[in-house]
Amino acid sequence: MTAKPFVFPSLGRLLVYGVLLLAAVFFLLPLYAMLVTSLKDAGEIRSTSLLALPGSFNTAAWSSAWSSACTGVACNGLRPYFWNSVTMTVPAVLASTLWGALNGYVLSQWKFRGSDTLFGLLLFGVFMPFQVVLLPMSQVLGMLGLSSSIAGLVLVHCMAGLAGTTLFFRNYYAAIPKELVNAARMDGAGFWQIFWRIVLPLSTPIFMVTLIWQFTNIWNDFLFGVVFSGTESKPITVGLNNLANTSSSVKAYNVDMAAAIIAGLPTMAIYVLAGKFFVRGLTAGAVKG
Amino acid sequence: MASSLDIAGINKRFGKDDKSVEVLHKVDIQVAPGEFLILVGPSGCGKSTLLNIIAGLEEPTEGEVRIAGQNVVGMPPRDRDIAMVFQSYALYPTLSVADNIGFALEMRKMPRAERKRRIDEVATMLQIGHLLDRRPSQLSGGQRQRVAMGRALARQPQLFLFDEPLSNLDAKLRVEMRAEIKRLHQASGITSVYVTHDQVEAMTLGSRIAVMKGGVVQQLGTPHDIYNRPANTYVATFIGSPTMNLLRGSASDGQFTMQGAALDLALPQGAAGDVLLGVRPEHLVLRDGGAWHGRVSVVEPTGPDTYVMVDTDAGTLTLRTDAQTRVQPGDAVGLAVEPANAHWFDAGSENRLA
Amino acid sequence: MKNSFETWLPKLVVAPAFVLGFAFIYGLMAWNGVLSFSASRMLPNYEWVGLAQYEKLWAMDRWWVALKNLGIFGVGYVGGSLAIGVLLAVLLDQKIRAEGALRTIYLYPMALSFVVTGTAWKWLLNPSLGLEKLMHGWGFASFSFGWLVETDRAIYCIVIAAIWQSAGFAMALFLAGLRGIDDSIIRAAQVDGASLPRIYWRIVLPALRPVFFSTLMVLSHLAIKSFDLVMALTAGGPGYATDVPATFMYTMSFSRGQIGLGAASATMMLATVAALVVPYLYSELRTKPHDR
Repeated sequence: MTAKPFVFPSLGRLLVYGVLLLAAVFFLLPLYAMLVTSLKDAGEIRSTSLLALPGSFNTAAWSSAWSSACTGVACNGLRPYFWNSVTMTVPAVLASTLWGALNGYVLSQWKFRGSDTLFGLLLFGVFMPFQVVLLPMSQVLGMLGLSSSIAGLVLVHCMAGLAGTTLFFRNYYAAIPKELVNAARMDGAGFWQIFWRIVLPLSTPIFMVTLIWQFTNIWNDFLFGVVFSGTESKPITVGLNNLANTSSSVKAYNVDMAAAIIAGLPTMAIYVLAGKFFVRGLTAGAVKG
Repeated sequence: MASSLDIAGINKRFGKDDKSVEVLHKVDIQVAPGEFLILVGPSGCGKSTLLNIIAGLEEPTEGEVRIAGQNVVGMPPRDRDIAMVFQSYALYPTLSVADNIGFALEMRKMPRAERKRRIDEVATMLQIGHLLDRRPSQLSGGQRQRVAMGRALARQPQLFLFDEPLSNLDAKLRVEMRAEIKRLHQASGITSVYVTHDQVEAMTLGSRIAVMKGGVVQQLGTPHDIYNRPANTYVATFIGSPTMNLLRGSASDGQFTMQGAALDLALPQGAAGDVLLGVRPEHLVLRDGGAWHGRVSVVEPTGPDTYVMVDTDAGTLTLRTDAQTRVQPGDAVGLAVEPANAHWFDAGSENRLA
Repeated sequence: MKNSFETWLPKLVVAPAFVLGFAFIYGLMAWNGVLSFSASRMLPNYEWVGLAQYEKLWAMDRWWVALKNLGIFGVGYVGGSLAIGVLLAVLLDQKIRAEGALRTIYLYPMALSFVVTGTAWKWLLNPSLGLEKLMHGWGFASFSFGWLVETDRAIYCIVIAAIWQSAGFAMALFLAGLRGIDDSIIRAAQVDGASLPRIYWRIVLPALRPVFFSTLMVLSHLAIKSFDLVMALTAGGPGYATDVPATFMYTMSFSRGQIGLGAASATMMLATVAALVVPYLYSELRTKPHDR
């Protein structure tokens, strides 16, 4: 469907563009301020205003944020946390996405009595506040010997993401015509063959959406990170928060800003490169159609 | 490789106890090897459900389906050796035409060389050899239909099932493909069951037709029987276009009376009470002083014929006459029918009388 | 020979999801409930104390502050995001050049972690070096924006930052909804003589009701779960002036050694979300099964 016919006459259009531009400024301002601040030195920060350009292109804050800033007791910058996040996010994203695909396949093409009800009950997992599993989960991780470990975080993220990924795939696969699967069944294809040869090849768009959605959520997560990680396994969000809130030394805002940008870079990059899948994930998640 | 198909006492119910809906009721049909059976009826009559039960995609509540004498109820579709052509063709979108046709053979682990041979054979028969490397999305509707048939043919199964395969095609293509299907059936001789809601397809394709309504087989017979000796008013009005004219009257002592006037038409033996007289449009003739008279309301020339609708005291009657007719709307005309062309039905049960 | 293979394999494949999923969701939920009825403090202690933890909870000023903040934050965040979202969506729908670029700009904050957002806005709203200083530099010498460290006002900073993050999301949903409206209805109304603003009011906006409700639902539940942003922006401070139930729960459970109390607060959060979401989910799922 195309955009609506013109609502506003030409003076109105000026107003429309004006408001839109103002909004754009509002959204871009923080990013700009972060960037600019990260390139100034301490003196400039105190003397110049928020939006002023840096006098010189000073990348000292960046290298500090990456490798030498203090995040509590340790002063190794964000680098170790960055790699922790990578180690945690990649397996969790892959596992939860694949698991969701399999579940979605069964729940849409191989329904059985009660499967819809069970799915509905599982759906609550998309909405529930995770505060309610924090305490018991710490106990469980302790029992499994996975406390304060990246593996433990991966497990938690897989469980937390299960309902969402299953939802995405199930809704997507529900649109596959039943006749297609019936034809395959008549041709002699079994459960796995249908999945492998027919359904998966059709799944590229939803895989993209789910992978990006999961990556963004897991990389950006803070709650699980701060509760379930130990000194060696903190993800980057926790590292960033520690870095920005250390009261040990004089506040180095340029380092804080550089660190924030570093933490946000992976998901921002994905957004810029594959934005349309990201948007589809957002709209699919909310519309639940 | 033609096998017989026995549909015996099939019932299908959805839901439980008093909230159940009976979709199929005591369906009994015997199909001889090599026969082409048509299941025809309006949407919701159960024909597709019956087809799915034969295929194994659904299970009956009661009854048996015997293919070559063996009851297949409970067997998964893949073990029944049945090929099906779907209304939407259901071609595998990510596979090439060749792979589509050979898919079932691949599932049965046929060696590649033999598979290729079979695929080529079928492709030549259906004239789609030049399309083997294309994807379904690159094909026209008619081409997709052929690939769907090719996929079924390549299997050389015991039984062919067709689920309204021509519904998605435009009129001209439909006529072409109808002839194609008939030709292929004659060449392959495989027992076939074909579902359609189109009565023209039913009449032209089938060796026998089962007219269905509300889950019950209304009549099972050859096209000739169905057309010339419909078992009830439903079958009579379902087959034949324009629809058969039905006139209500009463019978007593061998006399048929309509609107107070007795008509000179022989009633079947023992007919009594309210009866319906059925006359097909092509059997109504214009005759001054005939049994009915009225004014012409609409004249529809179709090319080879002309349909004329006449408003009479007995209702609007439609007659078919040749294109040379001079009849105009507003003309006063008389209509009559030869006694041999009259169909008689009991008004209450709607069944044929004799 | 029954269709056995095809009937049990799918169930087997999906069983781990249901078993583990239900254990995770409902099992742990129940366990949390048990903890909330126990005397646990630093460590779990399964001595039954009935509603004692809940009584303690509701007697705490800090909890009431958290609830009040949730209310303020919820209304501000959801209301603000919806309003800005609708406005931007309606404007963007007017055949705007560079629509794609503008959409990208409005939506990118959703790709960021709330921690990044919090850190950035903490700097922007820094009392002496941030926005205030900027305004002074621009000549508004009397402008003061110490909200971030003012007990009464700090919560509004969180609202602003949260709206910045999510308004684009609301916009994306509304835009999709607007685009889904059949053009021919609009044209028919125009032919019937309705003026365009009237068309918007009587036809377009009402057609957005479903989108409105699902967006409302998602934003509300995000509001209740808000933890990351608050921690990064104010850490619940100054003092506990910007505490919300989520941060309250965290602090009680993991820094104050009050597990039972924390569990009780978590249960309260769950109850709030459930009250909101369960009716919505139920009504959505009622219609769906019949479609298939």
